[in-house]
Amino acid sequence: MENSSESAGTTKRKHNRAFMAGWLNGYGIGLLAFPFGVVLLVVIWYLVTKLGDYPAFILPGPAAVMEEMHKIIVNGVLWIHVKATLTEMAGGLALGLGTATILGYILAKSPILERLIGPYIVASQSVPAVAIAPLLIIWFGTGKLSKVLVCALVLFFPVLINTIVGIRSVDAGLKTLMKSLHASRWQTFVMLEVPASLPVLLGGLKIGVTLSVIGAVVGEFVGADRGLGYLINLAKGIFNTSLMFAALIALTAISLTLYLLITALERWLLDWRD
Amino acid sequence: MSINSFILEAKNLGKVFSDSSGKLPAVNNISFSVSKGEFLCIVGPSGCGKTTILQLLAGLLDNTSGEILLGGKPLKGPHRDISVVFQKSNLMPWRSVLKNVLLPLQIYGTPAKEAKEKAGLYLEKVGLSEFANAYPKALSGGMEQRVAVARALVQNPRILLLDEPFGALDSFTREQLNLELLSLWRDQNITAIMVTHNIREAVLLADRVLVLSPRPASIYREIPVNLPRPRTGDIEYTREFVDLTYQIRKAIKA
Ligand SMILES: Nc1ncnc2c1ncn2[C@@H]1O[C@H](COP(=O)(O)OP(=O)(O)OP(=O)(O)O)[C@@H](O)[C@H]1O
Ligand SMILES: [Mg+2]
Repeated sequence: MENSSESAGTTKRKHNRAFMAGWLNGYGIGLLAFPFGVVLLVVIWYLVTKLGDYPAFILPGPAAVMEEMHKIIVNGVLWIHVKATLTEMAGGLALGLGTATILGYILAKSPILERLIGPYIVASQSVPAVAIAPLLIIWFGTGKLSKVLVCALVLFFPVLINTIVGIRSVDAGLKTLMKSLHASRWQTFVMLEVPASLPVLLGGLKIGVTLSVIGAVVGEFVGADRGLGYLINLAKGIFNTSLMFAALIALTAISLTLYLLITALERWLLDWRD
Repeated sequence: MSINSFILEAKNLGKVFSDSSGKLPAVNNISFSVSKGEFLCIVGPSGCGKTTILQLLAGLLDNTSGEILLGGKPLKGPHRDISVVFQKSNLMPWRSVLKNVLLPLQIYGTPAKEAKEKAGLYLEKVGLSEFANAYPKALSGGMEQRVAVARALVQNPRILLLDEPFGALDSFTREQLNLELLSLWRDQNITAIMVTHNIREAVLLADRVLVLSPRPASIYREIPVNLPRPRTGDIEYTREFVDLTYQIRKAIKA
């Protein structure tokens, strides 16, 4: 079903067929297929609720969820929670990315420090960051700070590793070139290390953003008075499954938007790659 | 002023690499002098220490004995008057061709406008103006090395060091680039030192050829090349050229 509608679309635009073909092979196919996938999912969802005739608190139909969604958008409730979650994610990303990138750079540059500190970092990873969430809530309260910290903790390690790999993978020939040009440390950092490790750093950002959603929601589950994680918990408590679905959809929309933004950023910044 | 007639001198130059597995002598007590404007080629068998010698001259490696004099003064580390064309082109893939040529000037702090004009000029000299805004991924191997040559010349060095710069290219491209290099060397009025294991290339380019022993490199022989200039590819079919290549070959096998 998806394929036939795409090829029909392609033949209509004969004049720029080659462009379209290239586009479809790469990025576009996902974007085109995506709405079809969503529609398909909603249809299946509808059929399941129709045929199964489940009570609404187990599986509400698409219509009920849309209605709930409409309600919380109009009365501003959704925005309050979305804003809270986004703020926590932004704080967590800034803190987690900042510290992980700086420490990663230092460790990549200093094998001695890496050997000294590395084992502790690896050991700390055997405790899942989400398991520390309750402790952070006790220490830092149910406000935004504790959630920011959970976010930062969850994304810290993967971003750290990415940074180390990125900086270490800088081409030896280019390092020699910079040395032969008598480049200062700062010049080498700005003109070589940053652009050379950008692909890996952006990969880290992608992982970091995805993980920050998880971090924020887990933090909100454990103790919060707002945020999408809180909303899901609340919906569970009052058996309003439609509300829970609405919150989940909002969460998915956030993750997806951020992911697409970073992908676009990657395409823009890394157009020099083959 | 005999001291100042040489732009570069190596005196009892030696390099021993040492690591946990032991000591590896790579260059053994080499002495030679290079006159201003000379084209010197250094040939030797694979792995004998040619790259090591060039890196010592570039100030990229510390020597373990002897000294290098640049214009009579000891060389300590990389110097603006010396630039290097490496075996690999070493272009930054995220910079356009023009911006790659611009790199040395940015590092040396040349004002942006002047730098850009100069980079454009040198790109023109190597015949790649129309690729100024292309990324390196769009270039062939020969074009990449042309960019590398432009980048090495843009800072107006007095000495150009070349480490088998065209070694990875097919023989036609290689000859073409060698002839282009010769004409650049002439109009830039610089001193060139090229390391290669290609004897014909050495004779085509050089005023003088140093023949190295197997590792650790020492100088076996020094062979002057008194062929007329400007040289063209046809010179390779002259009696004198063939005699010289034969002499060098014998020296290497000795
Ligand atoms: N950084 C280094 N550490 C230890 N040993 C090295 C290092 N660089 C080179 N060597 C060794 O020194 C010797 C000479 O190497 P060099 O690269 O100078 O040879 P070359 O004549 O340029 O070889 P080729 O013809 O393959 O380019 C080799 O045995 C090599 O293994
Ligand atoms: Mg070599």
